[in-house]
Amino acid sequence: MLVYGVAILAGCFVAGQLIGEVLGRILHIDANVGGVGFAMMLLIIINQWMHRMKWMTPEMESGVNFWNKMYIPVIVAMSAIQNVKAAFSSGFVAILAGIVPTVICFLMIPMIARIGKTKA
Amino acid sequence: MVDLLIKNGLIVALLVTGAVVYLSYRLSDKLFLRRVPGSAVAIFVGLVMAYAGGSLTGGSHGIADIAGLSGFAVLGGSMFRDFAIVSTAMGASFPEVRKSGLAGMLSLLLGVVVAFVSGAIVAVTMGYTDAKSITTIAGGACSFIVGPVTGGALGATSEVITISIAAGVFKSILVTIGTPLVARTIGLDNPQTAMVYGGMMGTTSGVAAGLAATDPRLVPYGAITATFYTGLGCLLCPSIFYFLVSLFFE
Repeated sequence: MLVYGVAILAGCFVAGQLIGEVLGRILHIDANVGGVGFAMMLLIIINQWMHRMKWMTPEMESGVNFWNKMYIPVIVAMSAIQNVKAAFSSGFVAILAGIVPTVICFLMIPMIARIGKTKA
Repeated sequence: MVDLLIKNGLIVALLVTGAVVYLSYRLSDKLFLRRVPGSAVAIFVGLVMAYAGGSLTGGSHGIADIAGLSGFAVLGGSMFRDFAIVSTAMGASFPEVRKSGLAGMLSLLLGVVVAFVSGAIVAVTMGYTDAKSITTIAGGACSFIVGPVTGGALGATSEVITISIAAGVFKSILVTIGTPLVARTIGLDNPQTAMVYGGMMGTTSGVAAGLAATDPRLVPYGAITATFYTGLGCLLCPSIFYFLVSLFFE
């Protein structure tokens, strides 16, 4: 059943959010701490475990993959509800914050790839 | 007519988003010759729509302030956004990344740290002084997903979240256009370097599009590490990184 896959995704999502909330309370940060990240880790682990147990069917996988493929459209919709008008005045920050890290990261790639090769 | 659109808000938003994505991918193909990824074009169109919505209504929720398009607030809201992002983890597995060894792990961590630190420096240089805004903009320097997730978790203002998305989109475009140009210089011609590259850059759509333009065989290797980047960024930015930033800024 396709809905089982969606339900597993939903379960990981809720559990991840819960861990994020609890961690936020423990750290005294008024925020959900890494709820999405924890949910992703849970999904990876449960997905692997269910594959090993041969419980994961292609149909269940397609229930998760539907949402995987919906992520760009959802991000597009998210962009469309932002307060762009207000941010326009500080557009230069966005340009710099996008370009500076990208250039630095490009420059660092050969260095890190070399570390990997000597170890391998 | 408007009542009908409001009543079926989410469905209308799906229809409009589908049309926007279709037109954007056509534009990416024909006008930009795939040098700008369709996803980046679509996100830009989304931001333009948000600007138009804000200009027409004077509201702060972009296109969702236009009565017939209020469903965008649901489709683009944090619930669907986080749900869709979590689902992308299906494409990755720990053993696959372990195969890339130390370099892959190191590049993931370093990629997030370098992008965050340089993004934070840019934010501070441009006059931001509160920890929430600095962390959110620095998160946007990681990717256009980490930024809004961080901003949402910390309760940053919509303007700052928009800047963080825009920064991530700039990064995605630059990675897509820049990758084929610098591939030879940085030695991007083997799976291992592709994994390091995916970990350093992180922006999944930019990495996938950039590698596709360089050598399609390298796409899965770059994507494997890149899919972990967003999770790692979403985990670190609103937690440890925010804590560290809040030591220096209020």
